[in-house]
Amino acid sequence: MAEFSTPTTAQEFAENFAQLKPNMSRNEALYESSRCLFCFDAPCITACPSGIDIPQFIRQINSGNVTGSARTIYEANYFGNACGKVCPTEVLCEGACVYNLQDVKPIEIGRLQSYATTQAIAENKKLFAPGLANGKRVAVIGAGPAGISAACELRALGYEVVVYEAKAQPSGLTLYGVAPYKITNEEALAEMAYLQGQFGYEVRYHAPITGRDDLAALEAEYDAIFLGIGLGHTSALGLPGEDRANCVGAVEFIEALRQRQAGTPVGRMVVVLGGGNTAMDAASEAARLGAENVVLAYRRGKDEMGAYHFEYDLAKGVGVRGLFNVAPLEILGDDYVTGVRFIRTAVADGRVQEVPGTEFTQPCDMVIKATGQAKQTHFLHHIPGLELDNRGRIVADAVGQTTNPQYFASGDARNGGAEVVNAAAEAKVAARGIHAFLSK
Amino acid sequence: MPDLSINFAGITSPNPFWLASAPPTNSGYQVMKAFDAGWGGAVWKTLGVPVINVSSRYGGVNYRDKRLVGFNNIELISDRPLADNLREISEVKKRFPEHAVIASLMVQSRQEWHDIVRQSQDAGADGFELNFGCPHGMCERGMGSAVGQEPKVLQMIVEWVMEVAQKPVIVKLTPNISDITEPAMAARRAGADAISLINTIQSIVGVDIDHFAPYPIVDGQGTNGGYCGPAVKPIALNMVKNCAQHPDVRLPISGIGGIENWRDAVEHILLGASSVQVCTAAMHFGFGIIREMVSGLEQYMVEKNFQTIYDFVGKALPNVRHWEDLNMKYQVKAHIHEEKCIGCQLCYTACEDGAHQAIRLQAGTRTPAIIEENCVGCNLCSLVCPVDECITMERHDDGTQHLTWKERTAAGNIPTTFNDELAGGRHHWVPEPAAALGKERHKTLPGKARALGVIEHKTE
Repeated sequence: MAEFSTPTTAQEFAENFAQLKPNMSRNEALYESSRCLFCFDAPCITACPSGIDIPQFIRQINSGNVTGSARTIYEANYFGNACGKVCPTEVLCEGACVYNLQDVKPIEIGRLQSYATTQAIAENKKLFAPGLANGKRVAVIGAGPAGISAACELRALGYEVVVYEAKAQPSGLTLYGVAPYKITNEEALAEMAYLQGQFGYEVRYHAPITGRDDLAALEAEYDAIFLGIGLGHTSALGLPGEDRANCVGAVEFIEALRQRQAGTPVGRMVVVLGGGNTAMDAASEAARLGAENVVLAYRRGKDEMGAYHFEYDLAKGVGVRGLFNVAPLEILGDDYVTGVRFIRTAVADGRVQEVPGTEFTQPCDMVIKATGQAKQTHFLHHIPGLELDNRGRIVADAVGQTTNPQYFASGDARNGGAEVVNAAAEAKVAARGIHAFLSK
Repeated sequence: MPDLSINFAGITSPNPFWLASAPPTNSGYQVMKAFDAGWGGAVWKTLGVPVINVSSRYGGVNYRDKRLVGFNNIELISDRPLADNLREISEVKKRFPEHAVIASLMVQSRQEWHDIVRQSQDAGADGFELNFGCPHGMCERGMGSAVGQEPKVLQMIVEWVMEVAQKPVIVKLTPNISDITEPAMAARRAGADAISLINTIQSIVGVDIDHFAPYPIVDGQGTNGGYCGPAVKPIALNMVKNCAQHPDVRLPISGIGGIENWRDAVEHILLGASSVQVCTAAMHFGFGIIREMVSGLEQYMVEKNFQTIYDFVGKALPNVRHWEDLNMKYQVKAHIHEEKCIGCQLCYTACEDGAHQAIRLQAGTRTPAIIEENCVGCNLCSLVCPVDECITMERHDDGTQHLTWKERTAAGNIPTTFNDELAGGRHHWVPEPAAALGKERHKTLPGKARALGVIEHKTE
């Protein structure tokens, strides 16, 4: 028996994908905020990519100034609630909490952060307003964490901002790519609606910017263009049989899951290829959708996985089984997947080598490839003078300005793929960069 | 096992823990339940002409997530008919003859005092406690703290009581007075057998900032009440000490104020109390706290090899001196045990902003370092440190010298002019005022958020 039965209703889905960081009650927030030591030059702030003044916002919660707390958070990070829920706090703020050195449970900073921001959102507290219009216009491509953060900051600085989004809804991976037990669709969208209500930027949905003509039109219409385009589809592995039905990319699988929820199809026996955080998410999600067997197959040893330890623990906790030092050779099957042929590997001199004669077949009826996302290099080549590095990332200076001075960039497209908090923090800096550039 | 029993001015009790005159001793039901749980005595909720109370009656002071570190009430004395109370006192005494039942009393005229004392001792009360402490409601009618604040009036009323009392008389003192020993001496002059202190402190525990009224709120308004609970213990300890040390008081003391566990009780006893009374803790946690109190007191006595309570009543008093008698040659300096430090840097910021700039940060580690030449041994860092025994105060003088302010004064070796060379801080290093301005890290907003700053809003 699988750990989870296949959810058929919204309620069953919510139970299987119960929130890892559920909202705090007022009492829980009081108890937890009371524990904060108010460290001097607090390590949690340093550990936060967006530099939120964490002791300040916790102290504000403790003294009953929850709205002020939300302001402290949002002034540093427009994805305040999303980051409270989806950030890998274990390796960021909470990992830096001095209580860890005392073998005391660190402060639940993420949940406190969400406590404050959720309340501000629910009560639609007025914290921000657009700046005095300066007559300049900026186009933002992509309504993800980078794009929306840039839009908020630019509006505060007085720019007219139009966000172009290919999909139907905002918030990017927060809505389309994060595991559903980290944040619900409703929570992600509520924060987006709250921000748009405060700052008044325009978002055009189903408005993909795809080629040279689209870009040329933006270049003519706007003073600057912000690229918050993120990454593309799951990279192809180049394996025989990769095109069989039920061999899917993790990004696509998760996107479907976030949209279809209880109706998302999953195999009975699932093989997930990869060792990163997305692989852990996909494996966990397959198990929570009721898959009887989920095997996580990785080319190297367990300790070499890129995923955070707690993410692997989470996957193990829902019954996912690890299969290490194996490389896929072929996706087997007819129209549909029936198995994966693997070969065992050994790591010699840091390089993965196949061990001859060790092929074996792992039967399955679904393969999820969590082996990395492609960069959107094809699209980016339409931007004149835009330089990419050898890994396909946009080259930009400290304030996000690319080698085409009209273009600024932040988020995954520039950093190669990181957390929501990194995109939110970088986009804020880039918006200031745009402001400095256009104020010359 | 040590003997916990006491004979307090002639009132015997199996242990020194009494419930104070208050809501927990409002009825025979409560007192019997308390004795059954292990309490040694109870001072009955004050008897007198029954009152009428308001609703609500109690207010609390919370500190962060800790409830009722302070507590106040605007409740008055017993609102039950005297006959009911006396009948229940008899019942309790019949069922618990070894336990102390003390009648707290508050009336006005000499005749009333005589009547209520006689009726109470007829009911079987082991003694009396005269309530000259209540700081709200009753004092406006010339009773409670109105008496406690007028030693002459107090003395006169105690004398009335002594005319008829055949059981020990305890006078309960109000802390709402400049010098607690004045009413204590008046009680002694009048022939009282003992004193108890402190009653509650006149207080406003808080203000409802939405409705602009003090707590507790009675139909949108409030009044000052009587403050008690853990927060008042330091005030109570000092007043107990004052009475215990005063050469003209010389009465057994029942210590009251902030006693919640055995340790609090031991502190009261070490400063001169030979019974202790508890109210707020019982109102907060119920009578069951007595088990921890008895167990802790027993264990303490075993470890200190005390056979009876009287082995340590007032044992700390010789070490409570006037400031001018303290040894100014004694020198301690803070020491940070680096292996225990968790790097919160509270000691740094506390010393930097609140003391003597004697702690510095170090490159490459979050563990601060003591600047010994600046450390005055004030203790602040060790008090704010969240890690047990991480910052200790180490003795630096050789222990051979002893010089007090009194001795320096006698020797003419003290500062006497505004800019005297003898000023204690004269040669102590103090940073230049302007050095404060460049210290970015003093603002608790470092890192990226600070680098970016907050947008100064010019809104549409």
